[in-house]
Amino acid sequence: MGAAVAFWLLAPVMVLGALGMILARKPVHSALCLATVMISLAVQYAALDAPFLFAVQIIVYTGAILMLFLFVLMLVGVDAADSLVETIRGQRPLAVLAGVGFGLLLVLAVGRAVVGPDIGLAADNQAYGGNVQGLANLIFTKYVIAFEATSALLITAAVGAMVLAHRERLTKRPTQGDLVGERMRRYAETGQHPGPLPTPGVYARHNAVDTPAMLPDGSLSELSVSATLRRRSGQPDRRDLVRPIQRTVAELQADGELPQVAKPGAALTRRADLLPPEDRQRSAHRGDTPGPGAEPDGGTE
Amino acid sequence: MTDHYIVLSAILFAIGTVGFMTRRNAIVAFMCVELMLNASNLALVAFSHKNGALDGQIAAFFVMVVAAAEVVVGLAIIVTIFRTRRSASIDDANLLKF
Repeated sequence: MGAAVAFWLLAPVMVLGALGMILARKPVHSALCLATVMISLAVQYAALDAPFLFAVQIIVYTGAILMLFLFVLMLVGVDAADSLVETIRGQRPLAVLAGVGFGLLLVLAVGRAVVGPDIGLAADNQAYGGNVQGLANLIFTKYVIAFEATSALLITAAVGAMVLAHRERLTKRPTQGDLVGERMRRYAETGQHPGPLPTPGVYARHNAVDTPAMLPDGSLSELSVSATLRRRSGQPDRRDLVRPIQRTVAELQADGELPQVAKPGAALTRRADLLPPEDRQRSAHRGDTPGPGAEPDGGTE
Repeated sequence: MTDHYIVLSAILFAIGTVGFMTRRNAIVAFMCVELMLNASNLALVAFSHKNGALDGQIAAFFVMVVAAAEVVVGLAIIVTIFRTRRSASIDDANLLKF
């Protein structure tokens, strides 16, 4: 009875989770849907008198394999979306059609192939004092060759992963002096500022890290926001952040409490002043060029 | 009751197949393979329960071990491809295409 309740509670969750996994746009959502399916599957194992597989499913699959997937997602890039280019014309509808046909075939043919009564595992689980003991008895007697082969497989997998992930260093590792020299050379040639990137802005109403810093001349520095955040937040209009400040400055100047200058903040050192004259106009509004504070390629291994 | 589990396992396997054929992201395609392995595991455990023998659970256990090894190597290959091609799409790894 309990097994039937668990089945009918979890089967819809599992099917919906699987559908969500193949329909989710972002890979991370797919991974979370897969975690739902796997944990539900573990409960089904428990309902089917397989307590050892219940634990192994959660520890190995949900705990280790899925976390490995999430780690690789983090390395490869969370925002790597599917390409929509069809290399084979009409492949997707045909694949869905073939998959549905295959599923129907499985359900109608294999799903009705079960004959005879459900014996259950109560006797087998008690034969050696428990499910784990019964499994151990089988693994170390009848399936001991397969078990030993498994160890060779695991060693091969570990060595293979290390070989694949290892990268031989072909050039000398750049020293601190090399990095500084490269940075100063870039400053001399292209005028890229050698210092670190500006920090994000902190205002009375916003201190989120996607709030751009305000330069002394009143403009916003897009360089102060991380490129990932800039891409994710979809370039919101941040000019309303500086409008109250500009209004206050204008009011103070009208009252004569601030010296009249041609432009607010013009007396201060602007970021653009640090650049050669020909680059000033261009770089004053640049937003996408990689900042000088970014580590050069090869510096991080 | 066993045929319910088999039907559920078949549905999950078919969903995994469709996902593997339609998704282009290598990691998502790999997750679909994992879903298919899990679906076959469910069928193995259900048949083990039906026949009153623990051999099905042993088979499911070995499938889990092989899946763990396969995931390690597969993800290492995906990371290596991503390093050289800067892309996780399976359409971009086409140098061996006939």
